[in-house]
Amino acid sequence: MNTAYNFAFFDEGSKREIRRATLKAIAIPGYQVPFASREMPIGRGWGTGGLQLTLSLIGKNDVLKVIDQGSDESVNAVNIKKLVSDTTGVATTDLTTEATLIQSRHRIPEVPLKKDQILILQVPLPEPLRLFEPSENETKMLHAEKEYSGAWLMLFEQIMKYGSMTTGADHPVMVQDRYVMAPSPIPRFDNPKMHESEALILLGAGREKKVYAVPPYTKVVSLDFEDYPFEPESFEDKHCRLCGSSGVFLDELVDEVTNETFYQCNDTSYCIETLNEVEPFGVK
Amino acid sequence: MGYVAVKGGTHAIEESIKRLKYERVHHGQTIEVEKIKAGMRGLVDQVMSESSLYNETLAALAIKQAEGNPEEAVFLLRAYRSTVPRKHYSRVIETGQMNVDRRISASFKDIPGGQILGATTDYTHRLLDFNLMDESDADVQEWLHQYLNESFQGDEQQLTLPKVLDYLRKEGLIPTCENNDMEPDDVTRESLEFPSSRSQRLQILTRGETGAITSLAYAVIRGYGALHPTVGELRVGTLPVTIDHPTDAGDDDDAFYIGEVKVTEVEMLMPVTVEKEYGKKELEFEIGYGLVFGQNETKAIAMGILDNCLEHPTPDFPSHNEEFVLYHIDSVESTGFISHLKMPHYVTFQSKLDSVRKTKKEGISKGQEVKS
Repeated sequence: MNTAYNFAFFDEGSKREIRRATLKAIAIPGYQVPFASREMPIGRGWGTGGLQLTLSLIGKNDVLKVIDQGSDESVNAVNIKKLVSDTTGVATTDLTTEATLIQSRHRIPEVPLKKDQILILQVPLPEPLRLFEPSENETKMLHAEKEYSGAWLMLFEQIMKYGSMTTGADHPVMVQDRYVMAPSPIPRFDNPKMHESEALILLGAGREKKVYAVPPYTKVVSLDFEDYPFEPESFEDKHCRLCGSSGVFLDELVDEVTNETFYQCNDTSYCIETLNEVEPFGVK
Repeated sequence: MGYVAVKGGTHAIEESIKRLKYERVHHGQTIEVEKIKAGMRGLVDQVMSESSLYNETLAALAIKQAEGNPEEAVFLLRAYRSTVPRKHYSRVIETGQMNVDRRISASFKDIPGGQILGATTDYTHRLLDFNLMDESDADVQEWLHQYLNESFQGDEQQLTLPKVLDYLRKEGLIPTCENNDMEPDDVTRESLEFPSSRSQRLQILTRGETGAITSLAYAVIRGYGALHPTVGELRVGTLPVTIDHPTDAGDDDDAFYIGEVKVTEVEMLMPVTVEKEYGKKELEFEIGYGLVFGQNETKAIAMGILDNCLEHPTPDFPSHNEEFVLYHIDSVESTGFISHLKMPHYVTFQSKLDSVRKTKKEGISKGQEVKS
């Protein structure tokens, strides 16, 4: 543990300030609460928003999991985990069920979250209306007036142009019938996991200086039309090459030698857990 | 008032220059050019990139003289560059021949040849390392000795790798393109005209001021632009430079190797809408290209973003307008003009003052109150 810095890096005043913004975010689901985002020892846009939430919330008894693009082992996840454990000494885990705090970039884990867990999502672009309105001042007013026709029009235009909605990750959602929210760039596949979630979901955007939240048991509906319903990514008839799972988010990979396409669980810890259940501790 | 007056002006300037030297040396210590070259790689690379002059020693000298101020160092080096005769043009360099130190793709997990992190601050924590306060040359040499023993068994390998984009082209995911080895329009020899050629655009972008390029590209991806890019491939490494025999131009085999340059090359992938027959629209990938001297990764990525912006002008955003971007990103031009505001403007200001007073007087004569 690096004792040259305070527990969890921040001074207590900073933590309190971030927690205060977080409480406000929880009180107004989907509303982007501005906060005095600190300069962090990792790059802006590398998860500083999520990291600030994590550091403001973490206590000595927490167990931390960090995911980046579905993997606990990817460079950014390892890096963030290292910083938090260096400055707090808390235990880290790959197992979703063991974790009390889960900081994630671009994925909600496959294992359903429980009520004693907090999911913290890193958000690059918190403003769901930014695509058609570059000005922050304008989008703030649009939210205040619940003026979301631009968002609907954007989806409508996609349907007119391409025959379907072409949002990738970050398909906008309506939270508790009030605020349109960017769910952070999670795949459309993960959007439904936010609806009536047992766990508290916090979203932090460090560079854009916003915190917002989906409290437990909150209504979260992906924007769509009656005749063009919201469609998550489809992995029908596909399953993981390693653990055989289907109905999960899969990565599409190409075998360099045979040129064949194959699929593998994107959530690596879920994949390993499933493998262990099938072959406990490698015993066949 | 001494500074413009006929008498005393010369003396005042001399004193000012002396004072400048005093500020540089008043701690009673001087920094050696070799030390700057050894320890300020980031600044050296940035200055070389913005100066379009590849010479680490001269860049280090400029940095010393400029007291570490990059805009001033680039100014010095550009001014020197314009005195250097141009004796040869190199042969076309294929970046596929790069000897790679670092190479990543943010688009694909599995790229042929693998991801090579190399030297990067990306995965360091930006915590001040107080140990560096007392780092000595002896410490450094000892560490170096140990590191070289551990990490390099025998000769260091030359590593050339296939391009990620070639792999995608083979898959048919991005359009193929032909090599264009035409001699580029040299922006340092002919002035820029609009519409500009791509070679002009790429040169001005690569010479552009790091901060300016970065902030314009940042505006583009934040919403004042129409792009959603991904890094297809970023590579840092050295490229061999060869020239033809002066009288007897042959092929590659007859060319003379004159050294190598370290560069950062970026190929960005941008999904764009393409209109097909009968108004049908499809999504396709397009490319934005960035190549800069030295290890300047943010700048190279930003250049890749702006390259694609300028290929696709849109009236909605100035960042997609080549005049707006290309005229304003040059370090020497922009800092020169901004700093010229410090020159005396007594005459122009006097006539402006006269006009201002006149409008006020007319206001009073018409019985209006003048608010001060």
